[in-house]
Amino acid sequence: MGHLELQHTLTGHKGRVWGADWHPKNNALATCGEDKTIRLWSQEGNRWITKTILSDSHTRTIRDISWSPCGQFLASASFDATTAIWDRKSGQFECNATLEGHENEVKSVAWSRSGSLLSTCSRDKSVWIWEVAGEDEFECAAVLNAHTQDVKKVTWHPNEDILASASYDNTIKMYKEDPADNDWMCVSTLTGHTSTVWSISFDATGNRLASCSDDRTIKIWQSYLPGNVEGIATPDGDAVWKCVCTISGHHTRSIYDISWCPHTGLIATACGDDIVRIFKEAENSTKIAPVFEIVTAQHGAHSQDVNTVKWCPSTPGLLLSTSDDGEAKIWKYES
Amino acid sequence: MELENLNPNVYKKSAERSVTSTETDDSVVDPFDEREIFDLIRAINDPEHPLSLEELHVVQQNLISVDNAHNEIKVNFTPTIPHCSMATLIGLSIRVKLLRSLPPRFKVTVEITPGTHSSEHAVNKQLADKERVAAALENAHLIEVINQCIAV
Repeated sequence: MGHLELQHTLTGHKGRVWGADWHPKNNALATCGEDKTIRLWSQEGNRWITKTILSDSHTRTIRDISWSPCGQFLASASFDATTAIWDRKSGQFECNATLEGHENEVKSVAWSRSGSLLSTCSRDKSVWIWEVAGEDEFECAAVLNAHTQDVKKVTWHPNEDILASASYDNTIKMYKEDPADNDWMCVSTLTGHTSTVWSISFDATGNRLASCSDDRTIKIWQSYLPGNVEGIATPDGDAVWKCVCTISGHHTRSIYDISWCPHTGLIATACGDDIVRIFKEAENSTKIAPVFEIVTAQHGAHSQDVNTVKWCPSTPGLLLSTSDDGEAKIWKYES
Repeated sequence: MELENLNPNVYKKSAERSVTSTETDDSVVDPFDEREIFDLIRAINDPEHPLSLEELHVVQQNLISVDNAHNEIKVNFTPTIPHCSMATLIGLSIRVKLLRSLPPRFKVTVEITPGTHSSEHAVNKQLADKERVAAALENAHLIEVINQCIAV
């Protein structure tokens, strides 16, 4: 059994903190929320302090934020139907591009591993892919209407230009570009959850995906490539995803976020029961029948719903969480 | 606007709750109970009729449960007709009223009484989705309508 040690509590937002993202390189992070602001934090000595507050771009709740892989750009998705792109070319962070097109609330935003593509999704049921076309210029490369309901989350494969999305329609979908005509298309639909899929996270290899849902379960999905030794049929020559594990009986309310640590393989979840839980793959686990054990459940991690969990990309074992209670917290996992 | 339910059944309001001596004594721990939750929501106005949710039996004390130990409150509400298009609005009004009145430690679930509405599952799913509720409450027109419903 391990445990989570609270390292820092980040206070400043007014109202619910919805999203957060670690800077890919520095000891810095960003948070956003109901107060329509983005706060940029950095570590100075043993304290995390607000360096900048970005407040003049969105007119409604900021739901999600994402750093580009190079760390130069920050994208923010808002209920005001726009996505803002921030950079610090002038020395301080400014919004130099606003992506419009969604009909209503933008729920999630994510950069591809190369930073040349950006994806957004919305309650309007669509997933958009944007190409970085030049300085402060973004071109819409695709509008994907595969989901039948509100799309909650988009996330990119860690090593390939494959996009995954999770929806209120209880499914997860995967997309890639057809090399024949450069059109993006939905290549798989992952069904199994019985209610809204709130979030998804790939493991370090991108061969596995973890999902969390309003049905209070986590599912682990395995990809089978054409010619796989298990003999799983791949009819269209694309990878086939199968649910190989369902983790139930732990969460008592909706699970809002999930993060699979690329360094340690640990899975963290953010739950509406105020608890942050950590799961670890068991010794007797196999590829086709993985087994995950809970290693800690931090009761009262926050005083209200936990909205986000994110493992630090640069320091293994550091975890960031945000909550309806207006706070973000940094935890250290000790095994 | 045309009324969906022209002649709803109207029921008697319950009497005011009597305040006992222990309730005014600060040294006595007084957890929330079903009647207190009922008192918070019974006067909410029906969006269609000049009547309260209590008078239409949309909310009833025996359809409320309070679990103080686990900070959970569950409210079932009963639309007057199974095709009531106002069900989501009524549910939102109950949710907002409780959100504004109760300490944030409570987890509030608002659902349609099982078997009383044709789109029960869809309405319950919407009401349980806190992201959709949060977005809805940023809609100035909708919040105005809700404020009218919960204004006493």
